[in-house]
Amino acid sequence: MDLTELYQNVILENNRRPRNFRKLPTANRVAAGNNPVCGDEVTVYVQVEGDRIADISFQGAGCAISQASTSVMTQRLKGRTVAEAEALFGRFKDIVTQGTPDEEDLDLSAFAGVHQFPARIKCATLGWHAALQAIHGEAATVTTE
Amino acid sequence: MKPPVHAPDWAALRADFPILDQTVHGRPLVYLDNAATTQKPRAVIEALTRYYERDNANVHRAIHELSYRATTAYEAARARAARFINAALPEEIVFTRGTTESINLVAYVFTPRLQRGDAILVTEMEHHSNLVPWQLLAQRTGAQLLFVPVTGDEGLLDLAGLDALLGRNVKLFAFTHVSNTLGTINPVAELCARARRHGVLTVVDAAQSAGHLPLDVQMLGCDFLAFSGHKMAGPTGIGVLYGRHALLESLDPFQGGGEMIASVQFEQSTWNKVPHKFEAGTPHIAGAVGLHAAMDYLDAVGRAAIAAHDEELACYAGERLRAVPGIRLLGPPGPRGALVSFALPGIHAHDVVTFADQEGLALRGGHHCTQPLLRKLGVPATTRASFYLYNTPEEVDRLAEVILKAAKFFGV
Repeated sequence: MDLTELYQNVILENNRRPRNFRKLPTANRVAAGNNPVCGDEVTVYVQVEGDRIADISFQGAGCAISQASTSVMTQRLKGRTVAEAEALFGRFKDIVTQGTPDEEDLDLSAFAGVHQFPARIKCATLGWHAALQAIHGEAATVTTE
Repeated sequence: MKPPVHAPDWAALRADFPILDQTVHGRPLVYLDNAATTQKPRAVIEALTRYYERDNANVHRAIHELSYRATTAYEAARARAARFINAALPEEIVFTRGTTESINLVAYVFTPRLQRGDAILVTEMEHHSNLVPWQLLAQRTGAQLLFVPVTGDEGLLDLAGLDALLGRNVKLFAFTHVSNTLGTINPVAELCARARRHGVLTVVDAAQSAGHLPLDVQMLGCDFLAFSGHKMAGPTGIGVLYGRHALLESLDPFQGGGEMIASVQFEQSTWNKVPHKFEAGTPHIAGAVGLHAAMDYLDAVGRAAIAAHDEELACYAGERLRAVPGIRLLGPPGPRGALVSFALPGIHAHDVVTFADQEGLALRGGHHCTQPLLRKLGVPATTRASFYLYNTPEEVDRLAEVILKAAKFFGV
């Protein structure tokens, strides 16, 4: 397959210039995720107000897939309710495991190529796992192994 | 004694490895992950087949013809391994599953010999398999772990403080011969000599050297030495622990079971002779037979010639890769093992490896089971290309070309 299917411009661009890449001073939830096998690391900071994600940011280091997917995720989750965040993660998992793009969500659909690289699915979902763990207030480090 | 360096016909040798003749993702396979495992020549594959088709039986216990043949083949492999590293006796060779099990064996049997106040010395460049077993031994006994520092990106051991370290009640000094992450070749004979002056026993991890360099345990002066078959053209699941005979004799067994006992009563048993005392259960007989064929193959080529060939490729790769903008090459500039390890600014090793895979190149990216070392050097992961006797300068050219292309693609 063509590598540009895996590394779509959205991914390369978000890897080069990750969005919301900072500590969040107003965060009331934090969770770290790591992939001990390849060394991907993300820490997701969330400011939860009621059942809404008022603000979200992250810091980390790792492969383009893990960093770009976390970057895109922060843009998609800001302002959403917890239930919406969970539903969105469900859709994202379908995209990266089955390769079925979501016509309404082109940024998330950029990760559809990942399904042809099963070893990289855990890179794509690392930030999401950490975010949901943070939102649910579970403090431990998430691992995708 | 080093055999004289002759010039093997490398192209003809490459044809001995059937797996190399294939395409991956539509491109000719360029296999550069030899530090993880090497490919097998036809001679090894055929030895395994022949053993299973003609001689397979369990060793040592039965009286029938096939068992006799299997036992003879297994013990011949032991004698061959002794010759391969110039051990004084075949009994100094314990067959294990590989380097990891060999090191764990030593760490386990030394449990009753260590106590609080003792120390175990390792280096900062060890593979997890030559670190974690010692951490476990330290936990079991209350002994302390001490580290010989690594100098920096050039990846040499800082030996200035070695004698002071060895003087701190150290009982065992475990270190790698060739670093799997940096390519550093450590001065084994010197390290062993200095340890011996302090009465410290030495454990050498030869996983990355046994298939590449001539090894002579008597010249090196080590007490233990461990290596794996699969990193030297042999099968997976078979490895060697060399131990000085008197030392092995004095140690308690590792695992209990058949094969390792002299006589068993309900309440207690007496142990079989060395090395059988350390080989409980049915061993990997076919693996030993395959390893025998691999050792014959490597010595027919000549390990001094292999070492020169591999180092030439590694140095050439370093030269070619230096042209990639911003690249950070790890490991010594001088004499080095059969690998290059590098980081590209802003591009994670796993992206590089995925990119290279699509071009038919098998590389490895990550921490190479040396997490503490990379943390110290401040690199989260490196990309590694490791070479063996069947690799060619043209493949190194291809490597350099693909890495340049990857750097452009990820556009840093």
